[in-house]
Formats: sequence, structure tokens, C-alpha cells
Amino acid sequence: MPRLGMTVPELQERALFVRRDIVALLARSQSGHSGGPLSTTDFGTVLFFHEMSVNPRRLDDPARDMWHFSIGHVTPVIYSLMGERGYFPLADLLGFRQFHGHLQGHPSKHDTPGIEVSSGSLGQGLSVACGMALGSRMDGLKRRVYCVTGDGEQQEGQIWEAAMFAAHYKLDNLCAVIDYNRKQIDGDVQDVMGIAPLADKWRSFNWNVIDVDGHEISAILDAFERARATRGKPSVVLAHTVMGKGVSYMEDDYKWHGIPPSREQADQALREMGTNLEEWTARLESHTQPEIAPAGVSS
Amino acid sequence: MSGTVPAAPQAPAVAPTLAKPEMKRTREGFGHGLLDLGQKRPDVVVLVGDLSASTNVSFFAEKFPDRFIQVGVAEQNMMCVAAGLAATGKIPFLATYGAFASCRSADQMRVTVAYSDLPVKIGGAHGGISVGPDGATHQAMEEIAIVRSIPNMRMIVPCDYWETRKATVAAADDPHPNYIRFGRELVPVVTGPDTPFAIGKANVMREGSDLAIIACGVMVYEALVAAQELASRGIHARVLNVHTLKPLDHEAIARAARECGAIVTAEEHQIHGGLGGAVAEAVVQSHPVPMELVAVHDRFGRSGKQDELMTAFGIKAPDVVRAAERALARKRAR
Repeated sequence: MPRLGMTVPELQERALFVRRDIVALLARSQSGHSGGPLSTTDFGTVLFFHEMSVNPRRLDDPARDMWHFSIGHVTPVIYSLMGERGYFPLADLLGFRQFHGHLQGHPSKHDTPGIEVSSGSLGQGLSVACGMALGSRMDGLKRRVYCVTGDGEQQEGQIWEAAMFAAHYKLDNLCAVIDYNRKQIDGDVQDVMGIAPLADKWRSFNWNVIDVDGHEISAILDAFERARATRGKPSVVLAHTVMGKGVSYMEDDYKWHGIPPSREQADQALREMGTNLEEWTARLESHTQPEIAPAGVSS
Repeated sequence: MSGTVPAAPQAPAVAPTLAKPEMKRTREGFGHGLLDLGQKRPDVVVLVGDLSASTNVSFFAEKFPDRFIQVGVAEQNMMCVAAGLAATGKIPFLATYGAFASCRSADQMRVTVAYSDLPVKIGGAHGGISVGPDGATHQAMEEIAIVRSIPNMRMIVPCDYWETRKATVAAADDPHPNYIRFGRELVPVVTGPDTPFAIGKANVMREGSDLAIIACGVMVYEALVAAQELASRGIHARVLNVHTLKPLDHEAIARAARECGAIVTAEEHQIHGGLGGAVAEAVVQSHPVPMELVAVHDRFGRSGKQDELMTAFGIKAPDVVRAAERALARKRAR
């Protein structure tokens, strides 16, 4: 099960698709989070289309890498990545948060095959990833484990329990990514409850810390390579991002943390991204098979 | 209820010597159960939050150091690390005091473990007021209420050493998350190595049809003592050991209600949401009968010796006898 290993332009195009998916599914659900999913999109795309070995056709493949989003509220990007990667048909995205859909508001293991462990209560996911990394090492697997956390989430005490644990057990098969968009639901992170100096905190917990522009694909590729090459300690990628990245009226505005765009706003956003709501919704509806949708549609 | 379970014994499983019972610690049953598992199941791993000796997981740690994970004083982390291990195919048992396992990491148990329905096995030590001198903070008396309210969770409160050992081994075969509550002090042995045990299947410990005493944990012994006292007055009480609070053996409880016409529940737990509540929920939906509840009445514990605390908090055999008298009076008045 080789990694896909997409090129930088291919990854940029796929990230654009993911952003369009996020906006289109939120326009349909009229419920859910916008800001974090859009800031997470670029490094998420690198993970799913280059860095990680995943096997949507055999979810329990022992050779798979494992991934876990501790920030469960970014389901719009999680599901868009999964749909684009072929875990389920892209058409399913339009059932996000709907009673009859299989895409819950927060990730649910038993509703959405491919989700390894449910999440949604902040602070817990890095511990889960620690267990995955340790269990994989006990079994002698080459597997890597990736955990996406948020910057506001750094305020949870359990994050630091997990940080201690991972360093103590030298889990170098574990890579955490922090979506460092500097916003949380009540405002700027530094105003709500300051977390700086964040890199120093992680260094002092004996982690390998990698700062990166979280929207620069080639830099993100390099950051994951450096994490992969690190021995004897876990790595954390501080992905410096912009909340709402890619949608002009959302960028860097904390008010977009937890709300969806209206249909009109979504259409505007999609026009900024070279398509429109009707066209992109039709693209989602037309993909009724779980597969990696071909590129070049409205791109 | 568990699918592949043997029938509950209809005769008393063991005739215990009530006056001078053999005394053994339930936590030792947990420790020995883990040793049994360590030998036969390579997928079993054990986590502990800096309480190896007092939860008796030290037995496993000595024998299987490669499958033993010290987490330090971090119960929330431990619960979720266990979930991650389960996601890789391990059967993780974690151990800490019940006060922390059930309350401090309740959100982790709910969201990460139970919502995912992962086979994490939670060993809640120092359950009940019988913990003694440590006092209220360490006397867990809310676990049944908390755990049984969470979907997918299984809640087991074994009555003695042998039952704790068997429950521990049985939990490993159950595909769902389990919570096993056990205690610190020596408690009477009322079952034997060959007494049948199946998760979700209550055991009749003594036959009778004048009333049913439904108990769990150390209160099974107190119930047997009470039944003996009642027998000397010509009252024949059935003693039902409901070691599994969830899934509850509705069939055995309904039969007890139907055949006995009055019920006393006995538990070393808060009166709200525990065994009494669970049995009442079952009985009102099947065959309502007069019920009396022996439990801790909405109070925090305090330091003291096991026996004096159980007496002071109203959960000894004489309390069960008095509750039986009240239940019988109500039964006769119907």
C-alpha cells in the first residue's frame, strides 16, 4: 500500500477541491464550523494525499498509518479529505449533520467507517494517538500515527499529560500537528487564555518541534519529512495558519470559528475559488462511488 | 445480555460458612485475573496510574513487564491511551481508584471509550465505603450511577475474590467497554472457583420465595447473613447476586419479583442511581412489588474502620433484616 506521493501542484489542486467541498457541504448543512476546517486544509491534504499510507478499501489494513483528529469539530475538512481520498462517495458530504446521513457533527467511529476513534471533547485526542503509537510499536509495526490538534485546545490540561507520556515513552512514530490559527471560539487565543510561547513549551516537554507555514505545501512536505527522520522523540508540527483561509471574508476572523456561510456567502466564496455553489454541488452529487475523483473538473 | 452464557444455577452455588468465612481481597482477584489473562492472551495489556501495588496490577507487571504501561498520575490520559491501544487491537485493562476512574475520567470514558465502543477494561479499585481510613475522597460510591448511564458500558460489581477474578477474565472476552469495581479490604468468600459466572447473568445464592434480597459486591455476604437470620424466624428469603449492573439480568429480577412478591436491594453505593435504582427501573416495567433499598443515603463517607463505617452508614446485615421486615409488611398490606 504505497503512499500516493502527489506532486506540489497536484496537492495544491486537491487542497482547492477540499476547500470547495467544505464550503459546499456547509452551505447545504447550514450547521457546522468553517474557520478551522479551512485553516487545516493544506496540511490535511498533504497528510491524506502524500504523507500517510492509508487504505480506504481495507480499513483494518495492518500496514496503514493511523490518523486522529483531536479537534473533532473540524469534521467539514475531515469528511472532505476522506471523500476526496475515496473513503466514501463525495455525494455523501451533502448529508453532513443530517439525521439520515452517516456524517455526524463530530467524528463517530461507528457512523463513519475510517474514523478509528470518535472525538469531539477537546484535549483527549493526543492521548488516543499515544495509545495508537505505543500499541503499534509493541506489535513491531512501521506504522506512523498522526494527530491533529488545535491551538485553543492547548489550554486543556490533558494535552500536557499526553505530551509527557509521548516523550517518556520516546514515541518517535507519533507526529502531532497543531493548527496554529491563533483564534478560538471566544476570540484571539492570546486574549482568551494565552498559550505562548508554544514552541518552547513543547521543546521543554522533550518533543521535536517543527515550525512551518501551514499553507505552504512544499514547506509542509518538508516538515513531515523531518518529523519522519526524527528518532527517539515525538514530533510536533506547529502549522502557522489563518482561520478561514481561502475565503476572503472569513480570513483571520474568529467569528467564523463555529458557524457556516449562508448559501449566498457560500456562492461568493466558491466564486472566489473559481467555481460556484451550483456547479460544485453538482460535482459532489455526481460522485456516487467511493473513489479518488479525477482532477480537472472546474479547476 | 451476553449471548453465550450458561444457565444461572438454580440451587445455592456454594453453601458458605457465614459465621467464620474465609476472607480474601477482591483486588487480589483482579490481580490474579490479570495473571490468568497474561498467560493465555498476548493481546492483553495493563495500564496503571501510579497505583501498581494497591490495585494489585503489580502481579502482572512483574510477570509481563513488556505489556505493562505505567502512566503516572494522569487518569484522563490513561483512559484515552487505553482507547488508542484498543484501536490497535489490544485489550487494555487500566487500574486506578474507582473515585478517579469513574469521576475524574468520566468524560474520557464517555466520549472516547464508550462512544467508540472500544474494549477498554476499567479496573476501579477501592470501591465503596469499606475502603475505610482514607475517608470520603477515596471512598467511591457513585460508580454504578455514572457508568451505567453511559451507553455501551458494562458495569460489574463482583462479590468476592473468586468472582472478581472470573469477572476480570470474562471482561477480556467481551467486545465492549467494561468497568469492574472491587475493594481494598478483606471480604468474605461466598463463591468458589467452580461457581458459574457470566457477564449479565445473575446468580441465585440462596433459594426462597417470601422475599428476594438482591445484592451486589460485598453486600451479597451481608444479604446471606440477613437471609439466615430471617430463616430462623421462618422467613425464606431468596438471595440474588446481581454482579452485573449493566446489562441487567431483567429475567432473573422479574422472576424474583413475581415469585417472591417483595424485594430488598443491598449495595455499598449511593442510593441514587445504583443497584436499587436499576432494580426498581426493571421491576416497575415487569412486575411491581414493594421494594426497600439498603444503600448509602446521599452522604459522603468519612474515615473509620470497615465494619464501623458499614454499620454507621446503614449497610450491614441487620439493616438488610430491618429492610426485609418493612418490605414484608408492605407485601402483607397489599
